[in-house]
Amino acid sequence: MCMRIENHVIFNCDHTGISVEIIVDGKTVAAFEGEPILASLLAAGIKINRYTVKRQEPRGLFCGIGQCTDCAMIVDGKANVRTCITPVKAGMIIKTQKGLAKEE
Amino acid sequence: MLQKDILVIGAGPAGLAASIEAGKSGAKVLLVDLNMQPGGQLFKQIHKFFGSSAHHSGMRGFQIGTQLLEEAREAHVEIWMQSTVIGIFPGKKIGIEREAADGSKELLTIQARKIILATGASENAIRFQGWTAPGVMGAGAAQTMINVNHVLPGKKVVMLGSGNVGLIVSYQLMQAGCDVAALIEAAPKIGGYAVHAAKIRRAGVPIYIKHTITKALLDTDGCLRGCIIAQVDEHFHPVPGTEKEIACDTITLAAGLRPVTDLAKLAGCRLTYNGAFGGWLPLHNKKMETSETGIFTAGDSTGVEEANTALEEGKLAGISAAEELGLLSCEIANTQREEIWARLHSLRLGPFGERRMLEKEHILAEYASKIGISVLSE
Repeated sequence: MCMRIENHVIFNCDHTGISVEIIVDGKTVAAFEGEPILASLLAAGIKINRYTVKRQEPRGLFCGIGQCTDCAMIVDGKANVRTCITPVKAGMIIKTQKGLAKEE
Repeated sequence: MLQKDILVIGAGPAGLAASIEAGKSGAKVLLVDLNMQPGGQLFKQIHKFFGSSAHHSGMRGFQIGTQLLEEAREAHVEIWMQSTVIGIFPGKKIGIEREAADGSKELLTIQARKIILATGASENAIRFQGWTAPGVMGAGAAQTMINVNHVLPGKKVVMLGSGNVGLIVSYQLMQAGCDVAALIEAAPKIGGYAVHAAKIRRAGVPIYIKHTITKALLDTDGCLRGCIIAQVDEHFHPVPGTEKEIACDTITLAAGLRPVTDLAKLAGCRLTYNGAFGGWLPLHNKKMETSETGIFTAGDSTGVEEANTALEEGKLAGISAAEELGLLSCEIANTQREEIWARLHSLRLGPFGERRMLEKEHILAEYASKIGISVLSE
C-alpha cells in the first residue's frame, strides 16, 4: 500500500530529490534523497520507530518537527536520531531502536 | 569565536520577519533553526489566509513563506538549518550543534550582541488509554506529513478537537486522500470558525460534540486500529453506556498549542503564565524585549496566536534590536513600532482576538511593574 500523495488539488507532488534506496532493519526501502527519513518509512507503511526503555512499548510519529523524540531510530550506527528532521541520504542503514540502544 | 550582531533562533514567520527587518538596517544577522527547511510551519499552510492585504489575505501560507525567504536573501540574512541551539551562556554566547560538511556534528560558539528568541510553539497532547501508540499524533504532525512531505500518516483518521487547527487539518487530510472518520469535540459547540466547520460538515464528516476519546484500540503490533469514544457530562467526565467504537489507523490531536520557552528559561528570562496565550511565556515589553537586556522574543513563543501576528511581532523585535545596536534612530524605530502595533491591534479584534488583545495589555503592564517602564509603554 503506497502512502505517497500522487495528486493534489493545491500543491505539486513531484519530489525534487532523486530516487534512492535505504536499508531499514535489513530490508530495502525506496526513498527520495533529502526528504525526512520518517517520510520514507511512512510511505513504506512502517509506523514503529522505536521501543521504550522500561516497558518496550512501540512509538512512532508524534510531533513531526523535532520536539518530542518519539521517532528516534538508529541511523548509520548512531542512536537517538530524530528521523522527522533528518534527511535521507542514499544507502543509509536504519534500525528500529530498542530502549537506549546501548548494545549498538 | 564567530561574532554576529544579532542571532535569531527559529526560522518561522517571527524569526524570518525579525531577521529581515534587522538585516535591512545593516545588522549582521545569523538565523538558526533545527529543522531541514526554513519557514517554520508556513509551508504546511496550504489554505488561503483571510484579513486585509497588509496581512496577506488570499495568499496561501507556503506562498508567504517563499516571499519571506526571498526577502531574507535580499536583506543578506545568513541562515543555518539543521542547527540546534544547545545553550545560551552569560554575555550572549550561544552554543550551537550543526551538521558539518562531512555529515558529522560540530559544536560552535557564537558571540552575539543581541539575541531574538522565535522558538514557536508545541502541540498539546490529550491523554487517554493508549495515546502513546504509533498512529496517535499531533494534528500539526499529520499536517506536516501530508502538506510538506506529501505522504499520508494513515488512511482513516479520527480528529480530536474542533478549533481552527482541528477543522483545517481535517479538511486538508481529506484533500490529501484520507478518510476522516469522525471529528470529536468535548465542548458543547465547535471551537473554530464556522466557515471551516461548514466545509467539514459538507464533506459529510460525522461531528461528535460533547464527546471524547476514552481509549485507543491497538493491534497485536501495538499500532492503532481504532478507538472508543463516549459522550461527556458537563464536567467532561465520560457518561457510562454511551461508548461507541470507531475503526481508524490514525488519531490526530488538536488540543491547542503552548509556547516553547526552553531557551528563554536557559537565558534567564522571567516568565509569566497566561491561559489565553497557551501557558508560560517570557514577559516582554512593546519592543519585544524580555527581562534580559538585549534578548528579544517574538511569535508563538511569546504566546500562541497565528502567522500574521508572529510576522508583526518579529518585525518589532528586529527593529528594536537594530535600534539598540545604533543602526536605527529612536524616532524611526518608534514610528515603525507604532505602525506595527496598530496593525497588531487590527489582528486582535473580533470574538477570537479581543481576549488576546486584553491579555497582551496585562502582559505589558506586568512587565512595566516587575521589570521596568519601556519607551513605548505608558
